[in-house]
Amino acid sequence: MIEALKQRKYLQFILLLLVFAILCLIIAPSDSNYLWRLPPLIKQLPFIINDSVDFAMFEWMPIDVYDPDIEEYEKKPLLKEMTRVSSGFILFMIELIREILLGGVKTIVTFMGWDWATENEWARWPALPWTIVAGGVAVLGYALSGWRLALFAGLAFTYIAVFGQWEPSMQTLSFVLIAAPVSVMLGLFLGVCAFRSSKVETVLNPLLNMAQIVPHFSYLIPVMVFFGIGDHAGAIATIIFATPPMVRLVLLGLKKVPPEVGEAGLMSGCNNWQLLTKVLIPSARRDILIGVNQVIMQCLAMVVIASLIGAKGLGNDLLIALNRLRIGLALEIGVCIVLIAIVLDRLSLAWANKQTDYFADLSFKERHKHSLIFGAVFFAGVALAGLGSLIFKEGFNYLYLIPHNKGITTENFWQAGVDWIWDTFFYSLKSFNEWLIVEVLLPVKNAYLSMPVVATFALTMGIGFIVGGIRSALIIGGLLLFIALTEWWDRALITAYLVTVSVMISMTIGIVVGTLCAQHPASSRFILTYCDTFQTFPSFIYLIPVMMLFGVTDTSVLIAIVVYSTIPALRYTVEGLHAVPESLHEAGSMSGVNRLQRWLFIELPISFPHMALGVNQTVVFALSMVIIGAMIGTDDLGQLILGALSEKNGVGNGLVLGLCVAFIGLAIDQVIRTWASQRKQALGLD
Amino acid sequence: MSEGNANSSDALIRCESVFKIFGDQAKSLLQSSGGVVDAAKFEQAGCIVGVNNANFEVHQGELLIVMGLSGSGKSTLLRCISRLTDATAGNIYIEGEDILKMNNKQLIELRRSKMGMVFQSFALLPHKTVVENIAFPLQVKGISTKESIARAQEMIDLVSLSGRENYFPRQLSGGQQQRVGIARSLAIEPDIWFLDEPFSALDPLIRKEMQDEFLRLQGVLSKTILFVTHDFDEALRLADRIAIMKDGVIEQLDTPANIVLNPATEYVRKFTEEVPREKVLKIESVMDPYDSTETLSDFTVPHDAIIETVAEAVLTAGKPVGVINSDGETVGVLHSSKIIGILFGGRSPEVTEQSA
Repeated sequence: MIEALKQRKYLQFILLLLVFAILCLIIAPSDSNYLWRLPPLIKQLPFIINDSVDFAMFEWMPIDVYDPDIEEYEKKPLLKEMTRVSSGFILFMIELIREILLGGVKTIVTFMGWDWATENEWARWPALPWTIVAGGVAVLGYALSGWRLALFAGLAFTYIAVFGQWEPSMQTLSFVLIAAPVSVMLGLFLGVCAFRSSKVETVLNPLLNMAQIVPHFSYLIPVMVFFGIGDHAGAIATIIFATPPMVRLVLLGLKKVPPEVGEAGLMSGCNNWQLLTKVLIPSARRDILIGVNQVIMQCLAMVVIASLIGAKGLGNDLLIALNRLRIGLALEIGVCIVLIAIVLDRLSLAWANKQTDYFADLSFKERHKHSLIFGAVFFAGVALAGLGSLIFKEGFNYLYLIPHNKGITTENFWQAGVDWIWDTFFYSLKSFNEWLIVEVLLPVKNAYLSMPVVATFALTMGIGFIVGGIRSALIIGGLLLFIALTEWWDRALITAYLVTVSVMISMTIGIVVGTLCAQHPASSRFILTYCDTFQTFPSFIYLIPVMMLFGVTDTSVLIAIVVYSTIPALRYTVEGLHAVPESLHEAGSMSGVNRLQRWLFIELPISFPHMALGVNQTVVFALSMVIIGAMIGTDDLGQLILGALSEKNGVGNGLVLGLCVAFIGLAIDQVIRTWASQRKQALGLD
Repeated sequence: MSEGNANSSDALIRCESVFKIFGDQAKSLLQSSGGVVDAAKFEQAGCIVGVNNANFEVHQGELLIVMGLSGSGKSTLLRCISRLTDATAGNIYIEGEDILKMNNKQLIELRRSKMGMVFQSFALLPHKTVVENIAFPLQVKGISTKESIARAQEMIDLVSLSGRENYFPRQLSGGQQQRVGIARSLAIEPDIWFLDEPFSALDPLIRKEMQDEFLRLQGVLSKTILFVTHDFDEALRLADRIAIMKDGVIEQLDTPANIVLNPATEYVRKFTEEVPREKVLKIESVMDPYDSTETLSDFTVPHDAIIETVAEAVLTAGKPVGVINSDGETVGVLHSSKIIGILFGGRSPEVTEQSA
């Protein structure tokens, strides 16, 4: 009996389920029963965090700082001074770019002071006319890739201007143009450090893991405490979120450089700096530039979230529009964000793929072709703006700057569309919505909530044990124990319920559609392009159309999660199926399998480990979307994190809640990753 | 040192009891072992012996080939001498200077002025064109772009790659890539040329072509060369002297003919067993003393010719053939029976069965 159990994993699973069911039945739901819910032993943790943050910020290491106002030295806490100086610097840089794009006076004020600026009314920095910016982006696209990209980039920016979203868009852009390079430099620096010293790598690795899985919102609160509110705080939160993937890709890229290339550099007589900058980093260029691309994507994904702590621009407007249920306006703003994201994405990818020909024999004109074209665009733009000031004598000069919300708008059209959908499908949508909530979601939710804590532990740790042995079981137990000892176990269960339901739906869709598409090269290309495109959309965008259809309900959140997290499910399915070696297909055909048999017996087993990694990604995507879903109303951990944002002492709560979410993700990750790598090893795929 | 001054001053590279042992406690273990390394013992302690007590010299203008199977430590030895890895113990002199005692700056200077290296996997910089790759060692040295490109162009002509200056490595075939690697390693006009299995990654036909090209270059340039290979035929074809390595130990270091005729160890003998002697041996090693009473055939052969190249002529001559030295004096006689002995004798007569 015991021997049989050891041999057969499915028997172990059946036994586990049996234990789980018995535990569920015999443990009575009562708050005083510790088998039902553990006591919130680390309830104090948030307060301890709050106190230590306060201490670090306001009391720790006072230093003498010269205060020009009272012309005396004053004792100020070190940390606060440091954050003050760095926020000032970042804010200055953002304002500088913003004023190059939009004009203004703040940069001049920084150097000359307010008094001088008020006295000298002429000293205003003029905005770049939108025609020059759009033209410039087009020239850049042409220089990096060709006329297709030029056309797309130019049209995208024209769209933004024409639809009256120029100002917020440029605010967003200026914010991204600071956050992205800082993240890139920081990521490059940390990646190189980790490459050169394995100690740094061991320290950095778990930090990176955590940083990528802790929900965005949780960063906002400590950033807010340390850096205050405003564009700089948004930029800093963005940098924290966007740097980890860069570090990872830099490290990956450097590791992939063949050792002989490094040796060739050394034998060519490179010193350390030359070796790094001329040999290693350029050789790892592809991965590093994919990292740059990732950074840009992360920055745009953070646009909306950063606006919660005061970043100006499209994100802020989108948030307001969503709050007022002005779906049409939200849609237009969303399109602008997506357009900026895609343009930056394509530009950075084109830059990554560009190969320069230094030694072609070119004339001066050819060599400086792009600068010359840009010069022409610049003067044409200035001339047009001048012309505009003559045409539009009163009101706005549309050839210079199209003011916010004074462009064309299709809002009414979309609003009418939403209304029409509501009017036409109200009953069917409503009944579907109700059916889903009452018949499916609520029962599942209640089932999750009615699990005794001991049963949950038995089930999860049991799965961990069966898959990865005692080590996995202990890791999972430890992660969940942390959550169980906070006072938010029930909320965590709700988060888990939303994630499980949506991941299951996503995986089903992903595997079915992915398999169908993988049958044909054209359709697989199509689906991969689809994934690429939709992945560049900031997660927030997904909420807009579902709100159009289902209003503010659990259904909306669920559908948004499903749509968002289906992307990795699809991608990994297609990639996994494509990774099946051709020889196996041939072997299958020669054994006389039909299509279905081939899929069931050859393709699925071999590609399943890769698909499992897709499940992993799907979980991560779903978790991040669940938290964002809180903005349109759920009652899980995300809602609490959102609430912590506006609390006076929210840091502790926010961080602990963030950890809870991260730990759910890490526990699932533990099981799936262990299983997938075991399978891969067994199949000899690694 | 015992070989006398004349010889050692001629040595461009000299290795004295060089050890390379991988592992955390390599140094302390080596010290306690007193200079005698037992690989098995070290392995138990978690160390791997790469190079075990290497002692040899490479003379000015000599082509020394280090031969061994994978894992024999041949590449490690090469990397110790180019100091891509630091030897665990011993002395390595280049032009009388101990490179193990050099600091980083001196080392860079040495590499910039005296060393060139070719790699098995070509190791070209993927982001640079052919001409940029070749100019790279010059540019890191601080030579102006214009001058280094002009110099790189000369190198491109030397390795017959003209017309492909602006290609990227990925657009070239393996043989062409290795030509770039060779040109790059020669760009600074090094005195010492390291080649680490330069032709192993190439197809047999291309390999032969590249070996010919290499011999042509060496004929023009006469560098001091340390060449690593696992291919015994290649070693025999190219080398002035061969060092055969096994498990980090140099089993034998000698001329190709001596290695074939007098293998020092069982391992070397196994290696040389299958080698066709006529491809290695020179006539002088099989000729008989000259006896003026013999009637000789009306043509002669030089004493240092490889047997294979003259075998057919000697066998069809009908009479013994005279052997002359470089001054044209007859120094010996070659009988066809000797050639037949070399060509068909000396090997076990068993018929090898084909395994199905």
